[in-house]
Amino acid sequence: MKIYLKIWRQKNPSTKGAMVAYTLDGIEADMSFLEMLDVLNEELISKNEEPVEFDHDCREGICGTCSLMINGRPHGPDTMITACQLHMRSFNDGDTIAIEPWRAKAFPVIKDLIVDRSSFDRIQQAGGYISVNTSGRPVDANAIPIEKEAADASFNAATCIGCGACVAACKNASAMLFTSAKVSQFALLPQGRVEATERVMNMVRQMDLEGFGNCTNTGACEVECPKGISLENIARMNREYLSASVKG
Amino acid sequence: MSGLIQSSIARKVVMALSGLFLVFFLGQHFTINITSVIAPDTFNTWSHFMGYNPLVQYVLQPILIAGVIVHFVMGFVLEVQNNKARTVKYAKFQGSANAPWISRNMILTGAVVLAFLGLHMYDFWVHEMAYKYIEAKPEDPTRYYAETVEKFAPIWRVVLYVISFALLSLHLLHGFASSFQTMGVNNKYSGGIKLFTKIFAIAIPLGFVFIAVYHHLNPITH
Repeated sequence: MKIYLKIWRQKNPSTKGAMVAYTLDGIEADMSFLEMLDVLNEELISKNEEPVEFDHDCREGICGTCSLMINGRPHGPDTMITACQLHMRSFNDGDTIAIEPWRAKAFPVIKDLIVDRSSFDRIQQAGGYISVNTSGRPVDANAIPIEKEAADASFNAATCIGCGACVAACKNASAMLFTSAKVSQFALLPQGRVEATERVMNMVRQMDLEGFGNCTNTGACEVECPKGISLENIARMNREYLSASVKG
Repeated sequence: MSGLIQSSIARKVVMALSGLFLVFFLGQHFTINITSVIAPDTFNTWSHFMGYNPLVQYVLQPILIAGVIVHFVMGFVLEVQNNKARTVKYAKFQGSANAPWISRNMILTGAVVLAFLGLHMYDFWVHEMAYKYIEAKPEDPTRYYAETVEKFAPIWRVVLYVISFALLSLHLLHGFASSFQTMGVNNKYSGGIKLFTKIFAIAIPLGFVFIAVYHHLNPITH
Protein backbone atom coordinates (compact mmCIF):
# COMPACT_ATOMS: atom_id res chain seq x y z
CA MET A 1 0.00 0.00 0.00
CA LYS A 2 1.06 3.57 -0.68
CA ILE A 3 -0.12 5.96 2.00
CA TYR A 4 -0.05 9.74 2.10
CA LEU A 5 0.24 11.11 5.60
CA LYS A 6 -0.45 14.55 7.02
CA ILE A 7 0.91 14.66 10.56
CA TRP A 8 0.86 17.42 13.15
CA ARG A 9 4.43 18.39 13.98
CA GLN A 10 5.15 20.65 16.93
CA LYS A 11 8.57 21.02 18.52
CA ASN A 12 7.42 21.89 22.05
CA PRO A 13 4.45 23.31 23.96
CA SER A 14 5.37 26.92 23.25
CA THR A 15 5.95 26.70 19.50
CA LYS A 16 3.29 26.74 16.84
CA GLY A 17 2.74 23.44 15.05
CA ALA A 18 1.65 22.57 11.53
CA MET A 19 0.52 19.63 9.44
CA VAL A 20 3.47 18.10 7.56
CA ALA A 21 3.05 15.76 4.56
CA TYR A 22 4.85 12.40 4.26
CA THR A 23 4.54 9.55 1.77
CA LEU A 24 5.02 5.92 2.78
CA ASP A 25 5.34 3.04 0.33
CA GLY A 26 5.25 -0.70 0.95
CA ILE A 27 2.84 -0.59 3.89
CA GLU A 28 1.28 -4.00 4.62
CA ALA A 29 -2.45 -4.26 5.29
CA ASP A 30 -1.68 -6.47 8.31
CA MET A 31 0.43 -3.81 9.99
CA SER A 32 -1.06 -2.05 12.96
CA PHE A 33 -1.46 1.71 12.67
CA LEU A 34 1.35 2.26 15.18
CA GLU A 35 3.63 -0.11 13.25
CA MET A 36 3.01 2.05 10.21
CA LEU A 37 4.17 5.05 12.26
CA ASP A 38 7.21 3.00 13.38
CA VAL A 39 8.08 2.46 9.69
CA LEU A 40 7.77 6.18 9.07
CA ASN A 41 10.01 6.97 12.03
CA GLU A 42 12.66 4.50 10.88
CA GLU A 43 12.68 6.25 7.51
CA LEU A 44 12.95 9.65 9.17
CA ILE A 45 15.78 8.50 11.45
CA SER A 46 17.67 6.98 8.50
CA LYS A 47 17.40 10.39 6.80
CA ASN A 48 18.65 12.09 9.97
CA GLU A 49 15.31 13.76 10.53
CA GLU A 50 13.39 14.11 13.80
CA PRO A 51 11.02 11.13 14.29
CA VAL A 52 7.32 11.74 14.99
CA GLU A 53 6.65 11.57 18.72
CA PHE A 54 3.51 9.68 19.69
CA ASP A 55 2.25 8.03 22.88
CA HIS A 56 2.06 4.23 23.06
CA ASP A 57 2.64 1.53 25.60
CA CYS A 58 0.81 -1.82 25.78
CA ARG A 59 -0.33 -1.87 22.12
CA GLU A 60 -3.13 -4.18 23.28
CA GLY A 61 -5.90 -1.64 23.85
CA ILE A 62 -5.80 -1.83 27.63
CA CYS A 63 -3.50 0.92 28.87
CA GLY A 64 -5.12 4.00 27.30
CA THR A 65 -1.82 5.55 26.32
CA CYS A 66 -2.24 5.89 22.56
CA SER A 67 -4.09 9.04 21.64
CA LEU A 68 -4.32 9.78 17.96
CA MET A 69 -6.95 11.75 16.08
CA ILE A 70 -7.03 9.86 12.79
CA ASN A 71 -8.90 11.44 9.87
CA GLY A 72 -10.92 13.53 12.29
CA ARG A 73 -11.94 10.68 14.62
CA PRO A 74 -10.34 9.61 17.92
CA HIS A 75 -8.58 6.26 17.48
CA GLY A 76 -9.55 6.23 13.80
CA PRO A 77 -12.49 5.02 11.73
CA ASP A 78 -13.29 1.77 13.59
CA THR A 79 -15.36 1.67 16.78
CA MET A 80 -14.64 0.15 20.20
CA ILE A 81 -10.88 0.01 19.63
CA THR A 82 -7.88 2.14 20.46
CA ALA A 83 -5.43 3.45 17.84
CA CYS A 84 -3.00 0.62 18.65
CA GLN A 85 -5.68 -1.93 17.71
CA LEU A 86 -6.36 -0.21 14.38
CA HIS A 87 -4.85 -1.95 11.36
CA MET A 88 -3.90 -0.64 7.95
CA ARG A 89 -6.51 -2.92 6.37
CA SER A 90 -9.01 -0.27 7.44
CA PHE A 91 -7.47 2.01 4.79
CA ASN A 92 -7.05 1.77 1.02
CA ASP A 93 -4.02 2.07 -1.21
CA GLY A 94 -3.51 5.74 -2.02
CA ASP A 95 -5.43 7.06 0.99
CA THR A 96 -4.45 10.31 2.64
CA ILE A 97 -4.51 10.00 6.43
CA ALA A 98 -4.52 13.04 8.72
CA ILE A 99 -3.05 12.41 12.18
CA GLU A 100 -3.41 14.99 14.95
CA PRO A 101 -3.08 15.06 18.72
CA TRP A 102 -6.14 15.32 21.01
CA ARG A 103 -7.24 18.96 20.94
CA ALA A 104 -8.29 20.51 24.23
CA LYS A 105 -7.13 23.40 26.36
CA ALA A 106 -6.86 20.90 29.24
CA PHE A 107 -4.69 18.59 27.09
CA PRO A 108 -1.80 20.86 25.99
CA VAL A 109 0.49 19.46 23.31
CA ILE A 110 3.90 18.44 24.66
CA LYS A 111 5.43 17.49 21.33
CA ASP A 112 4.02 16.38 17.95
CA LEU A 113 1.20 13.95 18.77
CA ILE A 114 1.82 13.71 22.52
CA VAL A 115 -0.48 15.66 24.84
CA ASP A 116 -0.33 16.20 28.59
CA ARG A 117 -3.29 14.32 30.10
CA SER A 118 -2.34 14.94 33.74
CA SER A 119 -5.61 16.88 34.08
CA PHE A 120 -7.29 13.45 34.16
CA ASP A 121 -4.94 12.39 36.95
CA ARG A 122 -5.88 15.47 38.97
CA ILE A 123 -9.60 14.75 38.52
CA GLN A 124 -8.97 11.19 39.72
CA GLN A 125 -6.91 12.45 42.67
CA ALA A 126 -9.74 14.81 43.66
CA GLY A 127 -11.95 11.88 44.66
CA GLY A 128 -11.61 8.81 42.45
CA TYR A 129 -10.74 6.47 45.30
CA ILE A 130 -12.18 4.90 48.44
CA SER A 131 -10.67 5.29 51.90
CA VAL A 132 -12.23 2.18 53.46
CA ASN A 133 -10.16 -0.78 54.53
CA THR A 134 -10.03 -3.13 51.58
CA SER A 135 -7.51 -5.53 52.99
CA GLY A 136 -10.14 -8.15 53.73
CA ARG A 137 -9.87 -7.57 57.50
CA PRO A 138 -11.87 -7.25 59.67
CA VAL A 139 -14.76 -7.63 57.19
CA ASP A 140 -14.29 -9.49 53.93
CA ALA A 141 -15.40 -7.11 51.15
CA ASN A 142 -16.71 -10.09 49.23
CA ALA A 143 -19.11 -10.82 52.08
CA ILE A 144 -21.11 -7.65 51.32
CA PRO A 145 -24.02 -8.60 49.06
CA ILE A 146 -24.17 -6.46 45.90
CA GLU A 147 -26.86 -6.67 43.22
CA LYS A 148 -25.54 -8.24 40.02
CA GLU A 149 -26.94 -5.32 38.00
CA ALA A 150 -25.10 -2.76 40.15
CA ALA A 151 -21.86 -4.76 40.10
CA ASP A 152 -22.01 -5.10 36.31
CA ALA A 153 -22.69 -1.38 35.83
CA SER A 154 -19.84 -0.53 38.18
CA PHE A 155 -17.41 -2.82 36.38
CA ASN A 156 -18.52 -1.44 33.01
CA ALA A 157 -17.74 2.08 34.25
CA ALA A 158 -14.41 0.84 35.61
CA THR A 159 -13.33 -0.32 32.15
CA CYS A 160 -12.61 3.34 31.28
CA ILE A 161 -8.90 3.46 30.45
CA GLY A 162 -8.68 7.25 30.63
CA CYS A 163 -7.37 7.63 27.09
CA GLY A 164 -9.19 10.94 26.54
CA ALA A 165 -11.00 9.98 23.32
CA CYS A 166 -14.22 11.33 24.87
CA VAL A 167 -12.67 14.77 25.25
CA ALA A 168 -11.13 14.56 21.77
CA ALA A 169 -14.44 13.62 20.15
CA CYS A 170 -16.59 16.14 21.98
CA LYS A 171 -17.14 19.37 20.06
CA ASN A 172 -16.91 21.12 23.45
CA ALA A 173 -13.87 19.18 24.71
CA SER A 174 -15.93 18.05 27.68
CA ALA A 175 -14.59 15.46 30.12
CA MET A 176 -17.99 14.45 31.46
CA LEU A 177 -17.82 10.84 30.22
CA PHE A 178 -14.43 10.19 31.84
CA THR A 179 -15.37 11.89 35.11
CA SER A 180 -18.76 10.21 35.24
CA ALA A 181 -17.22 6.77 34.69
CA LYS A 182 -14.83 7.36 37.58
CA VAL A 183 -17.69 8.62 39.78
CA SER A 184 -20.00 5.77 38.77
CA GLN A 185 -17.60 2.91 39.41
CA PHE A 186 -17.65 3.82 43.10
CA ALA A 187 -21.15 5.28 43.42
CA LEU A 188 -22.70 1.95 42.51
CA LEU A 189 -20.92 -0.03 45.21
CA PRO A 190 -21.53 0.14 48.99
CA GLN A 191 -17.85 0.75 49.69
CA GLY A 192 -18.01 3.82 47.46
CA ARG A 193 -21.13 5.30 49.05
CA VAL A 194 -19.21 6.37 52.17
CA GLU A 195 -17.53 9.28 50.36
CA ALA A 196 -20.03 9.62 47.49
CA THR A 197 -21.07 13.20 48.30
CA GLU A 198 -17.56 14.60 48.62
CA ARG A 199 -16.32 12.57 45.68
CA VAL A 200 -18.72 13.89 43.07
CA MET A 201 -18.44 17.49 44.28
CA ASN A 202 -14.63 17.43 44.31
CA MET A 203 -14.21 15.60 40.99
CA VAL A 204 -16.65 17.89 39.15
CA ARG A 205 -14.99 20.95 40.70
CA GLN A 206 -11.58 19.74 39.52
CA MET A 207 -12.96 18.91 36.06
CA ASP A 208 -14.26 22.49 35.76
CA LEU A 209 -10.99 23.95 37.07
CA GLU A 210 -9.02 22.10 34.39
CA GLY A 211 -10.87 24.03 31.66
CA PHE A 212 -12.85 21.26 29.99
CA GLY A 213 -16.00 22.32 28.14
CA ASN A 214 -19.63 21.71 29.07
CA CYS A 215 -21.51 18.57 28.01
CA THR A 216 -24.24 19.21 25.43
CA ASN A 217 -25.36 15.58 25.17
CA THR A 218 -24.29 15.10 21.55
CA GLY A 219 -23.28 11.51 22.39
CA ALA A 220 -20.05 11.70 20.36
CA CYS A 221 -18.02 10.55 23.39
CA GLU A 222 -20.06 7.38 23.79
CA VAL A 223 -19.64 6.49 20.10
CA GLU A 224 -15.88 7.04 20.12
CA CYS A 225 -15.07 5.51 23.52
CA PRO A 226 -12.94 2.41 22.89
CA LYS A 227 -14.48 0.78 25.96
CA GLY A 228 -18.10 1.67 25.21
CA ILE A 229 -18.65 3.77 28.34
CA SER A 230 -22.33 4.74 28.28
CA LEU A 231 -24.00 8.15 28.61
CA GLU A 232 -25.94 6.56 31.50
CA ASN A 233 -22.86 7.34 33.58
CA ILE A 234 -23.18 11.06 32.85
CA ALA A 235 -26.85 10.98 33.89
CA ARG A 236 -25.83 9.12 37.07
CA MET A 237 -23.13 11.69 37.84
CA ASN A 238 -25.62 14.51 37.31
CA ARG A 239 -28.01 12.84 39.78
CA GLU A 240 -25.18 12.31 42.26
CA TYR A 241 -24.07 15.91 41.87
CA LEU A 242 -27.53 17.42 42.28
CA SER A 243 -28.24 15.20 45.28
CA ALA A 244 -24.85 16.08 46.83
CA SER A 245 -25.47 19.80 46.24
CA VAL A 246 -28.82 19.66 48.04
CA LYS A 247 -27.21 17.81 50.96
CA GLY A 248 -24.57 20.56 51.08
CA MET B 1 -24.65 25.99 47.15
CA SER B 2 -22.13 28.46 45.67
CA GLY B 3 -20.34 25.51 44.06
CA LEU B 4 -23.61 24.43 42.52
CA ILE B 5 -24.16 27.84 40.92
CA GLN B 6 -20.63 27.95 39.47
CA SER B 7 -20.44 24.37 38.24
CA SER B 8 -20.79 23.16 34.67
CA ILE B 9 -23.52 20.71 35.71
CA ALA B 10 -25.52 23.46 37.39
CA ARG B 11 -25.32 25.63 34.27
CA LYS B 12 -26.56 22.68 32.21
CA VAL B 13 -29.43 22.12 34.65
CA VAL B 14 -30.42 25.77 34.31
CA MET B 15 -30.47 25.27 30.52
CA ALA B 16 -32.53 22.10 30.88
CA LEU B 17 -35.10 23.52 33.32
CA SER B 18 -35.57 26.78 31.41
CA GLY B 19 -35.84 24.77 28.18
CA LEU B 20 -38.49 22.45 29.63
CA PHE B 21 -40.41 25.48 30.91
CA LEU B 22 -40.34 26.99 27.40
CA VAL B 23 -41.47 23.66 25.92
CA PHE B 24 -44.44 23.67 28.31
CA PHE B 25 -45.24 27.24 27.28
CA LEU B 26 -45.00 26.27 23.61
CA GLY B 27 -47.63 23.58 24.10
CA GLN B 28 -49.92 26.04 25.87
CA HIS B 29 -49.36 28.68 23.15
CA PHE B 30 -50.21 26.17 20.44
CA THR B 31 -53.39 25.09 22.23
CA ILE B 32 -54.66 28.66 22.18
CA ASN B 33 -53.48 29.40 18.63
CA ILE B 34 -55.09 26.36 17.03
CA THR B 35 -58.47 27.67 18.17
CA SER B 36 -57.97 30.57 15.73
CA VAL B 37 -58.50 27.97 12.99
CA ILE B 38 -61.22 25.81 14.48
CA ALA B 39 -63.14 28.24 16.75
CA PRO B 40 -62.38 31.98 16.27
CA ASP B 41 -64.73 33.02 19.09
CA THR B 42 -62.89 30.78 21.55
CA PHE B 43 -59.60 32.25 20.28
CA ASN B 44 -60.93 35.74 21.01
CA THR B 45 -62.09 34.74 24.49
CA TRP B 46 -58.83 33.06 25.46
CA SER B 47 -56.67 35.79 23.95
CA HIS B 48 -58.62 38.44 25.83
CA PHE B 49 -58.22 36.44 29.04
CA MET B 50 -54.46 36.13 28.49
CA GLY B 51 -54.20 39.82 27.65
CA TYR B 52 -56.10 41.20 30.65
CA ASN B 53 -55.87 38.63 33.46
CA PRO B 54 -53.63 40.18 36.17
CA LEU B 55 -52.06 36.83 37.09
CA VAL B 56 -51.08 36.18 33.48
CA GLN B 57 -49.96 39.74 32.80
CA TYR B 58 -48.06 40.59 35.96
CA VAL B 59 -46.83 37.17 37.17
CA LEU B 60 -46.72 34.59 34.38
CA GLN B 61 -45.63 36.97 31.59
CA PRO B 62 -42.56 38.26 33.49
CA ILE B 63 -41.67 34.64 34.41
CA LEU B 64 -41.90 33.68 30.73
CA ILE B 65 -39.71 36.61 29.64
CA ALA B 66 -37.21 35.70 32.37
CA GLY B 67 -37.23 32.09 31.17
CA VAL B 68 -36.40 33.15 27.62
CA ILE B 69 -33.62 35.49 28.79
CA VAL B 70 -32.10 32.87 31.13
CA HIS B 71 -32.18 30.20 28.41
CA PHE B 72 -30.59 32.52 25.84
CA VAL B 73 -27.95 34.05 28.12
CA MET B 74 -26.93 30.68 29.60
CA GLY B 75 -26.78 29.16 26.11
CA PHE B 76 -24.49 31.96 25.00
CA VAL B 77 -22.29 31.64 28.13
CA LEU B 78 -21.94 27.86 27.60
CA GLU B 79 -21.09 28.35 23.93
CA VAL B 80 -18.33 30.85 24.77
CA GLN B 81 -16.92 28.51 27.44
CA ASN B 82 -17.05 25.54 25.09
CA ASN B 83 -15.16 27.45 22.41
CA LYS B 84 -12.50 28.38 24.96
CA ALA B 85 -12.09 24.69 25.89
CA ARG B 86 -10.55 24.01 22.47
CA THR B 87 -8.49 26.98 21.39
CA VAL B 88 -6.58 25.12 18.64
CA LYS B 89 -9.09 23.50 16.30
CA TYR B 90 -8.61 20.23 14.44
CA ALA B 91 -7.34 20.43 10.84
CA LYS B 92 -9.75 17.57 10.13
CA PHE B 93 -12.78 16.84 12.31
CA GLN B 94 -15.54 14.38 11.41
CA GLY B 95 -18.26 15.63 13.72
CA SER B 96 -20.96 13.94 11.67
CA ALA B 97 -19.39 10.50 12.23
CA ASN B 98 -20.46 10.33 15.84
CA ALA B 99 -23.14 12.95 16.53
CA PRO B 100 -26.19 14.22 14.62
CA TRP B 101 -26.17 17.70 13.08
CA ILE B 102 -28.97 18.94 15.32
CA SER B 103 -27.06 18.16 18.51
CA ARG B 104 -23.94 19.95 17.23
CA ASN B 105 -25.73 23.11 16.07
CA MET B 106 -28.05 24.04 18.93
CA ILE B 107 -26.52 27.52 19.11
CA LEU B 108 -27.34 28.08 15.42
CA THR B 109 -30.93 26.85 15.59
CA GLY B 110 -31.34 28.63 18.90
CA ALA B 111 -30.06 31.91 17.46
CA VAL B 112 -32.59 31.70 14.60
CA VAL B 113 -35.41 30.99 17.05
CA LEU B 114 -34.26 33.97 19.14
CA ALA B 115 -34.28 36.22 16.06
CA PHE B 116 -37.75 34.93 15.27
CA LEU B 117 -38.85 35.78 18.80
CA GLY B 118 -37.78 39.37 18.10
CA LEU B 119 -40.04 39.49 15.05
CA HIS B 120 -42.83 37.70 16.88
CA MET B 121 -42.66 40.08 19.85
CA TYR B 122 -42.70 43.04 17.47
CA ASP B 123 -45.68 41.59 15.62
CA PHE B 124 -47.88 40.81 18.59
CA TRP B 125 -46.48 41.80 22.00
CA VAL B 126 -45.31 45.34 21.09
CA HIS B 127 -48.59 45.90 19.28
CA GLU B 128 -50.50 44.69 22.34
CA MET B 129 -48.53 46.88 24.74
CA ALA B 130 -49.08 49.91 22.50
CA TYR B 131 -52.81 49.17 22.26
CA LYS B 132 -53.26 48.85 26.00
CA TYR B 133 -50.77 51.24 27.56
CA ILE B 134 -49.69 53.86 24.99
CA GLU B 135 -52.77 54.35 22.87
CA ALA B 136 -54.89 53.34 25.91
CA LYS B 137 -57.66 51.97 23.75
CA PRO B 138 -60.68 50.35 25.43
CA GLU B 139 -60.96 46.60 25.92
CA ASP B 140 -62.31 44.81 22.84
CA PRO B 141 -62.65 41.03 23.33
CA THR B 142 -63.52 40.52 19.64
CA ARG B 143 -60.46 42.03 17.95
CA TYR B 144 -57.85 39.23 18.31
CA TYR B 145 -58.94 36.87 15.56
CA ALA B 146 -59.06 39.60 12.88
CA GLU B 147 -55.71 41.06 14.00
CA THR B 148 -54.06 37.63 13.85
CA VAL B 149 -55.40 36.76 10.40
CA GLU B 150 -54.33 40.17 9.12
CA LYS B 151 -50.76 39.59 10.34
CA PHE B 152 -50.39 36.62 8.02
CA ALA B 153 -51.51 38.45 4.86
CA PRO B 154 -47.95 39.27 3.67
CA ILE B 155 -46.23 36.20 2.23
CA TRP B 156 -42.80 37.29 3.53
CA ARG B 157 -43.99 36.98 7.11
CA VAL B 158 -45.42 33.51 6.46
CA VAL B 159 -42.13 32.41 4.88
CA LEU B 160 -40.12 33.75 7.84
CA TYR B 161 -42.45 31.98 10.27
CA VAL B 162 -42.18 28.68 8.36
CA ILE B 163 -38.36 28.83 8.29
CA SER B 164 -38.26 29.68 11.98
CA PHE B 165 -40.57 26.84 12.94
CA ALA B 166 -38.48 24.39 10.90
CA LEU B 167 -35.42 25.41 12.93
CA LEU B 168 -37.44 25.36 16.15
CA SER B 169 -38.31 21.76 15.31
CA LEU B 170 -34.62 20.88 14.91
CA HIS B 171 -33.84 22.67 18.20
CA LEU B 172 -36.54 20.73 20.04
CA LEU B 173 -35.55 17.39 18.48
CA HIS B 174 -32.30 17.48 20.43
CA GLY B 175 -33.10 19.83 23.29
CA PHE B 176 -36.22 18.25 24.73
CA ALA B 177 -34.87 14.72 25.33
CA SER B 178 -31.43 16.16 26.15
CA SER B 179 -32.97 18.09 29.07
CA PHE B 180 -33.95 14.83 30.72
CA GLN B 181 -30.43 13.40 30.31
CA THR B 182 -29.05 16.54 31.97
CA MET B 183 -31.51 16.14 34.83
CA GLY B 184 -30.14 12.65 35.35
CA VAL B 185 -32.94 10.70 33.67
CA ASN B 186 -31.42 7.92 31.58
CA ASN B 187 -33.35 4.75 32.32
CA LYS B 188 -36.18 2.54 31.04
CA TYR B 189 -38.30 5.66 30.38
CA SER B 190 -35.71 7.23 28.06
CA GLY B 191 -37.07 5.45 24.99
CA GLY B 192 -40.53 6.88 25.67
CA ILE B 193 -39.08 10.34 26.29
CA LYS B 194 -37.22 10.21 22.96
CA LEU B 195 -40.36 9.08 21.13
CA PHE B 196 -42.44 11.85 22.74
CA THR B 197 -39.67 14.32 21.84
CA LYS B 198 -39.88 13.33 18.17
CA ILE B 199 -43.69 13.60 18.11
CA PHE B 200 -43.75 16.93 19.98
CA ALA B 201 -40.81 18.46 18.07
CA ILE B 202 -42.40 17.71 14.71
CA ALA B 203 -46.13 18.06 15.46
CA ILE B 204 -46.11 21.37 17.35
CA PRO B 205 -43.96 23.40 14.89
CA LEU B 206 -45.87 21.82 12.01
CA GLY B 207 -49.10 22.90 13.70
CA PHE B 208 -47.83 26.48 13.99
CA VAL B 209 -46.87 26.38 10.29
CA PHE B 210 -50.37 25.17 9.47
CA ILE B 211 -51.92 28.05 11.41
CA ALA B 212 -49.77 30.66 9.62
CA VAL B 213 -50.40 29.20 6.16
CA TYR B 214 -54.13 28.71 6.86
CA HIS B 215 -54.62 32.37 7.80
CA HIS B 216 -52.59 33.49 4.78
CA LEU B 217 -54.80 31.46 2.46
CA ASN B 218 -58.06 32.41 4.23
CA PRO B 219 -58.01 36.20 4.70
CA ILE B 220 -61.00 38.03 6.13
CA THR B 221 -62.70 39.47 3.04
CA HIS B 222 -65.44 41.71 4.45
